[in-house]
Amino acid sequence: MSTRLSKGGRLIDRTKPLPFSFNGRGLQGYQGDTLASALLGAGQVLVGRSFKYHRPRGVMASGAEEPNGLVGLGQGGRFEPNQRLTTTELFAGAETASQNHWPSLEFDVGAINNRLARFFPGGFYYKTFMYPRAAWKHLFEPVIRRSAGLGRVPEARDEDRYEYAYAFADTVVVGGGIAGLAAALAAAEKGERVWLIEQTPHWGGRAVVDGVQIAGDEAEIWVKNTLQTLGKMKNVTLRSRTMAAGLYDHGYLLAYERVADHTPGDGRPRHRLWRLRAGRVIAATGAIERPLSFAGNDVPGVMLASAVRDYVVNWAVSPGDRTVIVTNNDDAYRTALALLDAGLSVPAVIDARPVAGGALPAAVRARGVRVLEGKGIAKVSGSKRVTGVSVCEHAGEGTELEAIACEAVAMSGGWSPVVHLWSHCGGKLLWDEARAMFRPDPDRAPTGADGAPMVRAAGAANGWLEAHEVMDCAHRAGGGKGSCPGAVAEEEAPMLPVWIMPQGAGPALRAKMFLDPQNDVKVSDVQLAAREGYESVEHTKRYTTLGMATDQGKISNINGLAVLSDALHQPIPATGTTTFRPPYTPISFGAIAGEARGAIFQPLRRTPMHDWHETHGAHWEPVGQWRRPYCFLRHGEGVHDAVHREIRSVRNAVGLLDASTLGKLLVKGPDAGRFLDMLYTNMMSTLPVGKCRYGLMCTENGFLSDDGVVARLSEDTWLCHTTTGGAERIHGWMEDWLQCEWWDWKVYTANVTEEYAQVAVAGPNARKLLEKLGGIDVSKEAFPFMEWREGTLAGIRARIYRISFSGELSYEIAVPASEGLALWNRLLEAGAELGVVPYGTEAMHIMRAEKGFIMIGDETDGTVIPQDLNLHWAISKKKTDYLGKRAQERSFMASPERWRLVGLETLDGSVLPDGAYAVAEGSNANGQRNMQGRVTSSYHSPTLGKGIAMGLVRHGPERMGEVLDFPTDNGKVVRARIVDPVFYDKDGEKQDV
Amino acid sequence: MSEPASALDGRSRKGFVDLAEAGLRGMITLRGDLSSPAMKAAVKATLGTALPAPRRIVTAGDRAVAWMSPDELLILVPYAEAGATLATLGTALAGQHHLAADVSDARALFTIRGARAREVLMKLCPVDMEALAEGEIRRTRAAQVAAAFWQSAPDEFTLVSFRSVAAYVMDLLETAARNGSELFPA
Repeated sequence: MSTRLSKGGRLIDRTKPLPFSFNGRGLQGYQGDTLASALLGAGQVLVGRSFKYHRPRGVMASGAEEPNGLVGLGQGGRFEPNQRLTTTELFAGAETASQNHWPSLEFDVGAINNRLARFFPGGFYYKTFMYPRAAWKHLFEPVIRRSAGLGRVPEARDEDRYEYAYAFADTVVVGGGIAGLAAALAAAEKGERVWLIEQTPHWGGRAVVDGVQIAGDEAEIWVKNTLQTLGKMKNVTLRSRTMAAGLYDHGYLLAYERVADHTPGDGRPRHRLWRLRAGRVIAATGAIERPLSFAGNDVPGVMLASAVRDYVVNWAVSPGDRTVIVTNNDDAYRTALALLDAGLSVPAVIDARPVAGGALPAAVRARGVRVLEGKGIAKVSGSKRVTGVSVCEHAGEGTELEAIACEAVAMSGGWSPVVHLWSHCGGKLLWDEARAMFRPDPDRAPTGADGAPMVRAAGAANGWLEAHEVMDCAHRAGGGKGSCPGAVAEEEAPMLPVWIMPQGAGPALRAKMFLDPQNDVKVSDVQLAAREGYESVEHTKRYTTLGMATDQGKISNINGLAVLSDALHQPIPATGTTTFRPPYTPISFGAIAGEARGAIFQPLRRTPMHDWHETHGAHWEPVGQWRRPYCFLRHGEGVHDAVHREIRSVRNAVGLLDASTLGKLLVKGPDAGRFLDMLYTNMMSTLPVGKCRYGLMCTENGFLSDDGVVARLSEDTWLCHTTTGGAERIHGWMEDWLQCEWWDWKVYTANVTEEYAQVAVAGPNARKLLEKLGGIDVSKEAFPFMEWREGTLAGIRARIYRISFSGELSYEIAVPASEGLALWNRLLEAGAELGVVPYGTEAMHIMRAEKGFIMIGDETDGTVIPQDLNLHWAISKKKTDYLGKRAQERSFMASPERWRLVGLETLDGSVLPDGAYAVAEGSNANGQRNMQGRVTSSYHSPTLGKGIAMGLVRHGPERMGEVLDFPTDNGKVVRARIVDPVFYDKDGEKQDV
Repeated sequence: MSEPASALDGRSRKGFVDLAEAGLRGMITLRGDLSSPAMKAAVKATLGTALPAPRRIVTAGDRAVAWMSPDELLILVPYAEAGATLATLGTALAGQHHLAADVSDARALFTIRGARAREVLMKLCPVDMEALAEGEIRRTRAAQVAAAFWQSAPDEFTLVSFRSVAAYVMDLLETAARNGSELFPA
């Protein structure tokens, strides 16, 4: 049993007990606990089951590297799976639940996998794909799907909110240990803008636990004083609970601040993602202790030596009465001292080195502890809990020399610098033979825009493990001159690289040596992969799943690649490391989404009449980021009925369409006419002032891109209407040509789309309605079709265009957006006796289809040229050039074989499915039925009482009256006749009255 | 006659700063050769101010001129004066190649007032607020939409966006300014 010690614990506040629960059982911890220390303090050593074999798992580490301690935390809208016990602060009422077991943590049926382990070797998943073929789909996939995965997916909506924040700094120091503090101080004293971030809630890192002395005092005092100094400097920002998740090009650093994880529901954002732009980054990210690979090193109670020390010193947690220490270095002896200081027993220190003669072993020996030199652990006894260890010769094969009873094992295989930030942006590593570690290669740092290194590693992250080296390195990394405060700690004798223990262990022991305890990857799995031909560390990783768990192999990767190197008989640097990718530890999706959820998930563009539409039954249709009314539903009315009612009203009385979203681009200057002649396929320079002309725009590849009505406002000014979705795109298109190609043409453009509210007033009563409003002569004589007038309508400044997209008598009225709603209301009031109704986009679409007018996006899809749509009349023959002209003259664009626009009428009056294809005789080279056309628009026309459609058909206009077959999804064939695409008012009499 | 209505009718909200839609303001987009004497003279004559330096805004009473790009200015005047200002500019720049357009109704204006106004902007705009110069107008984005802002008084910023997204911008500001979400709590 682990337990809480009666005194000590530098981080806990015993006056503030906090209740929490684990699997429904009420427990108690203290303010300052992590979930891990609280559980261990409450005697809970078994915290979960492993991914593959469902082996019992206990907490192994005390920080971000923890592989085992993952729980589901919270309930309902605050439930989140896979929360790491060691990095989650305890709060009152925390509800935790272990994962990956059924029916219970203590008795797990899935643990049968453990007995069957020899049937689940490395690469098991991949092997299931191979043979027999049917087994994957019917046997393995369903079984694996059910048993794989750790936590439960949250079901409720996340109750929390999240946000971004942007900040800028000359230097961002990552890591709040003594290295980070020293580097930040040095940089800050030079006057730089400095950010210092620390992932835990506490400053000082390892030094404050390990008894380091700085500037003649305990490290804790120096840390406190330095923090105070930094806190007073205006150029320094200190941020704890903030983890550097990833570093990207140009010093772009994502930092993940856990603002309120420890105070859920207090109204603050849960997480904040800082998007920092750093001139340079100092990675003072420390080092992670490596486990040792001996049989049973995954049994709950086997922990990293540094973690045992942390639990004792920081949280006053005893891992068990008797802790055996197993090590290949001097540092682990500090754990023995910490345990002894806490009044606990250390039956032995098992040291793989032939001689342990340093100062630290001497200090431990002096306290009466046995130090077994040249020894190793043959195996750990116990399954859900350590009960003892068997000692063997490290040099041998594992014959038990002695059994030692204990409740915990503290292991240390040496240290690996945290090189993630260094590596994210391309920094390279070198293998340090003496210290058996990969550390940053100072000659191959990640570089910034200026080619200079943008990251410096400081302290343990740079491979310096002794306190005085750490301080010196960090001081210099921060740009400090002269000497830094001296740090003193016990000197350490060299370590001995140990990759498996004992070094001559046979297959039975190797199959119980865990490299990756979360994903259950053992020494034997990596060795098997090597035998099967896996030479690349990246391939071996994926094949065995080593380091692919949620901890991304923080404690397992180096041991794994060392075992692989050994199996391949090559030195470790020849094997290399896998790639370090952001984020350093998982960050929440909420933080990535930031504020973008609910109403502000995406910008919604609203016309001045939007709210009126909303309160008058608008059935919305998204058009770009706008919402446009598809139709206006009356009480109890269906969408189909509403659309048809609106069409009948426009055709027989008068309707109002909110056309404010149409793009409106001003083009002005001495060369504006020439410019528009290039942009449009037809002539715009010859358009008289006061008149309107419909125009087409093509890309330089000839394809139809946008259309709309152009009005000439003055001698040198045109107003170009675009489609709703095309406004910004076409404005950009214009500026592109003006700035990059025709930079010497005197033309300015402005996007004035949102300046105006625009209302289409369409229907036989349109003129009467405008006459009632008064102010502008809208008679046929004074205001002919395809002209515009300016004046005051109903007291509002207005420009009216006499244009029609419905085929009816129609005026489009543009007024300042601020008066759009006023105009809309005046039109409704005055139009009441004329039968006015608002109509939506669907009625507009159907009415234009009745008239055979094309719609960008329906009749065009980026592969259609104006000639396909029989729009030759809108293509100038006189012009020597326009954008797309040359492309349209190429042989395949001018080919008579191209599909061209026709009308389609079903023989039975039904509506053709939109997008349906017309089949032809025979089949193509792929054995598919030949096609000869497709439907581009299809509706039921209430005006004509039957289905109407437009489509593109091979030789279409020459085949009037022919009947085509359109097979549909349900196997039926709809037959339709090729007809003129203008179904309604062919001569255009109604719009020109 | 109707009373012109701004996008949000002056909606306001208190968070850890005071937020308000600032109502209608006359705005004119003026494009032309900013280095020409005619342009300088026209701006001086119409607004009484010098041309702003790049990325700067020059304020004179209830009028202001902001530099938007190497060939574009944004002129701010009281809403009712936009038409007259446009006419005066047109006269002053007659014969000069330029474009002047009334965009008063195409925009929405917001004020962010309080000691922590910068913190609200820091959450939405990728701008180095500490490096913001006096009299600087910053064209940027607010979350997902285009925006520009400048410091309009001590502890007050004015932000301008397109009118159609006014409600989105106000919602953003309100979210960013919620009590408890201060970036640098005391």
